[in-house]
Amino acid sequence: MSEAAVVPAPTAPYTTVSLVVEGAVACITLCRPDKMNAFDDAMKADLLSALKAVERDPAVRAVVLTGSGRAFCSGQDLQMDPNRANALPVGQMLREKYHPIFEKLRAMPKPVIAAIQGVAAGMGVSLALACDMRVMAQETYMTVAFIRIGLIPDCGATWTLTRLLGPGRAFELAATGDKLPADKALAWGAVNEVVPGDRVLEAAMMRAKALATGPTRALGLLKKALDHAIEADFPAQLLFESHMQQTAARTADFAEGVRAFGEKRPPVFTGA
Amino acid sequence: MTTQAPDVLSTDELVVTRQDGVAWLRLNRPKALNALSPSLMMALTDAAVALDADPDVRVMVIIGSDRAFAAGADIKEMAEASPVDMLTRDTIALWDRLRRVRKPLMAAVSGFCLGGGCELAMACDLMVAADNAVFGQPEINLGVIPGAGGTQRLTRAVGKALAMDMILTGRQISAGEALAHGLVSRVWPLEVFEDEVAEMARAIAAKAPMALRMATESVDKAFETSLAEGLDAERQRFYGLFATVDQKEGMKAFVEKRPARFVGR
Repeated sequence: MSEAAVVPAPTAPYTTVSLVVEGAVACITLCRPDKMNAFDDAMKADLLSALKAVERDPAVRAVVLTGSGRAFCSGQDLQMDPNRANALPVGQMLREKYHPIFEKLRAMPKPVIAAIQGVAAGMGVSLALACDMRVMAQETYMTVAFIRIGLIPDCGATWTLTRLLGPGRAFELAATGDKLPADKALAWGAVNEVVPGDRVLEAAMMRAKALATGPTRALGLLKKALDHAIEADFPAQLLFESHMQQTAARTADFAEGVRAFGEKRPPVFTGA
Repeated sequence: MTTQAPDVLSTDELVVTRQDGVAWLRLNRPKALNALSPSLMMALTDAAVALDADPDVRVMVIIGSDRAFAAGADIKEMAEASPVDMLTRDTIALWDRLRRVRKPLMAAVSGFCLGGGCELAMACDLMVAADNAVFGQPEINLGVIPGAGGTQRLTRAVGKALAMDMILTGRQISAGEALAHGLVSRVWPLEVFEDEVAEMARAIAAKAPMALRMATESVDKAFETSLAEGLDAERQRFYGLFATVDQKEGMKAFVEKRPARFVGR
């Protein structure tokens, strides 16, 4: 894949992200390569709007989220007057502008795969970790950089890091801001697959295409059940599973799955 | 009993269906997120009063859509009203009819449950929610206060601290918070919400109707009287139930280790 192919232009109506639907897979690309895909106000709004669009589109059954250029995402744009830093309403900005994006990623009833083709820093790590799976370029790294400017990880990174890596490793990464190279990220369970940089998007798309032929409603319910498991005790999780399973059992895909099993052929799921 | 749809009590804003002793009153103004217009409240209270008198109905469920139980009242209709207009229309008086319904009235809340919607839900005997429910009394943002029982019932349900917080700031709370503070008794995932509501309603519908009535009256007394008077009122009802056929059946079935078959007498 050429360099040009991984730097797509924004697609209307967006000015900072591109949304391309290929078959049943939507690919959302952050398109501020000259700013290392740092979030400005426009990109916050565009990403949320693109996520809502793919959530609503019944033809989309899996999503890939990636960056363009050298970075996956470098988090919040930090260009500001240092004298005004203490007056920033950071908490409010997080709650009003960022959290809807991250809540949408978790609430999306379809799988979302991050294709980390370049550096993920600060909130860029939060973004990658909020997806369901991660494919990462061999040559790149993540850095939970917040501590280097005197902040703590936000947008759920304290939550996702702790759960993916355990408290010890989460603390190490967040307290030092040290680089987490791809091979170590894989060994620690922060990402699912590491491939050469020129194949990241392809590998993520392959995974997404495979998932897009799956029973989409069940995948959405699975995602909800796994998130619930993190907080619930065993009896509560058993109850929650039974609720999700009852819902899955009503889908056309379940009927098809049972039929295909009886006929000893692979099922053809439609996502309904 | 099978579903009868559309029921004679239905209007274009309210869909009434009946199944297994449960009457479903579904608020149906999707474009207005089920804002409680006077015509909708009229249809709802008419239906509730009629169903209350129908011996085949044992319990009523008020429910909205996935997106909204009811998102409040019709603000546009009220915007230019004078106190005299409000008093002459006195649409809130309609709500008093709900207080006289004797059968268990259950609010099944999914999505927005705001302002008048929240007051309607709180006026019911039971309140359960889907995990996407959002509760609030945002009247303060419009320069008024809740007018259909919000300040009274919310305070009784969740206590002064949270009631003041919600009513003075207009803050909305989640289903989880509502459960933690006792505003609702159960929360289910939206995916299975209606099934679970139906199961709960059916379970209640299978109980002895006279006992249900005495129980709701007794619980309501707890908010109206001193403890001593409440205990007396409870005891009278308790003894009184021993005059019913269903008490004899219930206790006999218990001794014989079989399910009771209540007849409503």
